[in-house]
Amino acid sequence: MKLKHLLPALTGVVMLGLWYGIHLSINPEHRFVLPSPGDVIAAFAVHGRQLWSATGVTGVAALIGFLASAVVSFALALGLSLSPLVRASFYPYLMMLQMTPIIVFAPILIMWVGPGLPSVALITFLICFFPLVVNTTQGLVSTDHNLVDLFRLYRARKRQEVWLLRVPAALPYYLTGLRIAATLAPIGAIVGDLYAGSSAAGSSGLGYLTLMYSANAEMGPLFATAALCCLLGGIFVMVVVALNWWVLHKWHDSFTRTDG
Amino acid sequence: MVVFDHVVKRYGSGPVILDDLSFSAARGEFVSFIGPSGCGKSTILKLIAGLSPNTGGRVAVDDREPDQAREELAYVFQEPTLLPWLTVERNVEVPMRLSGVDRSRRAETVRRALELVGLGSRAGYYPRQLSGGQKMRVSIARALSLAPRILLLDEPFAALDEMTRDHLNEELLTIREQQGWTAFFVTHSVAEAVFLSNRVLVLAPNPGRLHREVSVRLPYPRTAATRASPEYQRLVGEVSLLLRSVEEARA
Repeated sequence: MKLKHLLPALTGVVMLGLWYGIHLSINPEHRFVLPSPGDVIAAFAVHGRQLWSATGVTGVAALIGFLASAVVSFALALGLSLSPLVRASFYPYLMMLQMTPIIVFAPILIMWVGPGLPSVALITFLICFFPLVVNTTQGLVSTDHNLVDLFRLYRARKRQEVWLLRVPAALPYYLTGLRIAATLAPIGAIVGDLYAGSSAAGSSGLGYLTLMYSANAEMGPLFATAALCCLLGGIFVMVVVALNWWVLHKWHDSFTRTDG
Repeated sequence: MVVFDHVVKRYGSGPVILDDLSFSAARGEFVSFIGPSGCGKSTILKLIAGLSPNTGGRVAVDDREPDQAREELAYVFQEPTLLPWLTVERNVEVPMRLSGVDRSRRAETVRRALELVGLGSRAGYYPRQLSGGQKMRVSIARALSLAPRILLLDEPFAALDEMTRDHLNEELLTIREQQGWTAFFVTHSVAEAVFLSNRVLVLAPNPGRLHREVSVRLPYPRTAATRASPEYQRLVGEVSLLLRSVEEARA
């Protein structure tokens, strides 16, 4: 095993050891505050069905919000890239949307849309929206001037300039936006679920479980929930990183050249 | 045939870039423009391309307004200006895609254009896999793909090392033998201007104007051996001195 694989594994083992050590060092009466790694695994055995079902519910809501945001933000960025005047007219309000914390927005949206999947997905949509719009717009207006001149010289129509030049040139920016959104999407869905989640068996998400377990001070299951949030975020990020590689690795400078 | 008749150019109310510039070039000529920065060399190419209107005088390309004649001409920029996400062959076909040439005809033209610049085997490469000289060759192949009658080159080899530049100069002339376009070439290099052209126009700056015209009567085809000939050396010396006098007049 190479050192670069060995060292991260070693760090993991040391941290698990520390965790267990701290758990043991706590007075047994209060030991429940920090469950041992074993307690967390036990939580999966006992509450497994509930935990995985909640992960699925939250995952679906996060995915819907994320995908909707990826599509709508791209369309809006195209519009914004058309002229500085359009950008100037909309940017301040986009900023305002971003400045309003999502936990303040959530109850308002629930009043409008009602609890359940639609409002959880909508909250996810909103949290993903800003980084996607801003990055994509930036990419669309940062096209190399020389390339724009080239297209004008050959009398490219506006539509050709957008689809053959500006959009492909903006792809790296869009993908950066997607990466940021991928880390935010599960957070949005969990926060959304805290407010708008359903308590009905089989339709509650990770946010609702967090509320429920913490209300009962069930620390093992609470830690298991945290682990699942982490897993969900990891899957989102990994898929986008893979997409980023697939789209860019052949031509973009962020990937080292393969030959030549 | 390209005619400049007492042409004046300024951008908006800015300083005069070109003042009372007159020259004409017949079909098949290779004309170079050389001069210190601020003499409006690149502006001349933009006027020929119809990318920017002249302020005074008359510019005619084949007896037409330049922007009426744009389909006859191609432009090679100082940078290779390749689209990094497209392979070499897809880059070469960009002008044809933009002007609506159908796919089946594009493939054959691309193949021939790449053969011409010696990159037939690199069709599937991405620009970042190529050297600076190879990228410039692709850029030239792209310019030639539309079979232009006039080729405008704006310091295309300025960023390359001398060896590569010499090679590309020779290749450019070989291609011209086959295709016979008229060339307008902007450069800072006296050696390059003399080697390529049948006429070198030395420009003076602020405002840009014609200082002197030098005819280069070296026979084509020119090869590496041409650079060793006494006449070539003499012409390089002559143009260098003219350039020096222009620069000193400014200082």
